[in-house]
Amino acid sequence: MNGWFDPNMVALIVVCAIATFATRIGGYLLMNRMSSIPPRLDAALNAVPAAVLTTLVAPAFYAGGIDVKLAMAAALIASIRFSAIPILITGWAVVMICRQYM
Amino acid sequence: MNNSEFTEGLRGAFPVMASAAPFAVLFGAVAVANGQTVAEATLMSAIVFAGASQLVGIELFGHKVQPWLIVLSVLAVNFRHILYSAALTKYIRHFTLPQKLLGFHLLTDPQFAQSVQRAESRAGLSFAWYMGFGAMIFVPWVMLTAVGALSGRLIGDPKSIGIDVLLPIYFMALVLSFRKTANYLPIVTVSAVTSILAFEFIGSPWHVSIGALAGVILAALLPPAPAKAEAKAQAAEGGA
Repeated sequence: MNGWFDPNMVALIVVCAIATFATRIGGYLLMNRMSSIPPRLDAALNAVPAAVLTTLVAPAFYAGGIDVKLAMAAALIASIRFSAIPILITGWAVVMICRQYM
Repeated sequence: MNNSEFTEGLRGAFPVMASAAPFAVLFGAVAVANGQTVAEATLMSAIVFAGASQLVGIELFGHKVQPWLIVLSVLAVNFRHILYSAALTKYIRHFTLPQKLLGFHLLTDPQFAQSVQRAESRAGLSFAWYMGFGAMIFVPWVMLTAVGALSGRLIGDPKSIGIDVLLPIYFMALVLSFRKTANYLPIVTVSAVTSILAFEFIGSPWHVSIGALAGVILAALLPPAPAKAEAKAQAAEGGA
């Protein structure tokens, strides 16, 4: 097995994979047990995309340096008019300019 | 499978792939630096397939942390997927069981967000589109992990070439695309403030789950937006 796989490492990877898959199917299994969805639960589920994605953005802005803050602000402005790729290019360009000249 | 739906999915995921690709290379490089082989790193990308948790896991492994703690941390980072699969359930009822199992393995942040959006805007989410979108992320993710692992420190410090801002910006664009969500501003504000506080006082990766739960619980407590509630009630009457 040398050079390719170590049994202990593979075991750890497999357990991590099972744990991850459990989170990916867990919500579905819970929902599947319900015959109908109460309105408040439905409201909660509809909020999932906005609520979860925000937690991937806000701390990055908060913890980022001035370069990251400026890049995200520029991307926010770009997002009024443009789609994903131009928004990404705008943010990337601003952060690179900041890191070059600041 | 419907070919044009599949192609549309592939195309739709291209910006995601462009933003995530450097992280696949980075993960491969970090994994090898922390003691994994090229084959192990590639295996991990294929069967765990959750970027942030893979980086957390391999970082802890490099610090010789107990295996159970590594698994617990991976669970903590991935907890948000429970919310995703719960929220996705109503859109994938028509998938067969094998399609659901495969679909859940491919359930990443962009996959979830864009699937909900497509389902809402087109009154339906096809398996072909879902697979196209997922394949455009999965295949490069696994292959570029191997590339990163083989070439060691190919890309060096992600900050020096500016790729560290790509994912937060991509996710920010996604947050904005959900602005029609009922009670959007209060939810986003509470999630943002709570996640920042948790980031500061509890630490990563817990801030994601805590901030997300705060926003979701708020949505359950707030009165539903009137117009939407009426439309829903009518839809329920019509459907019943």
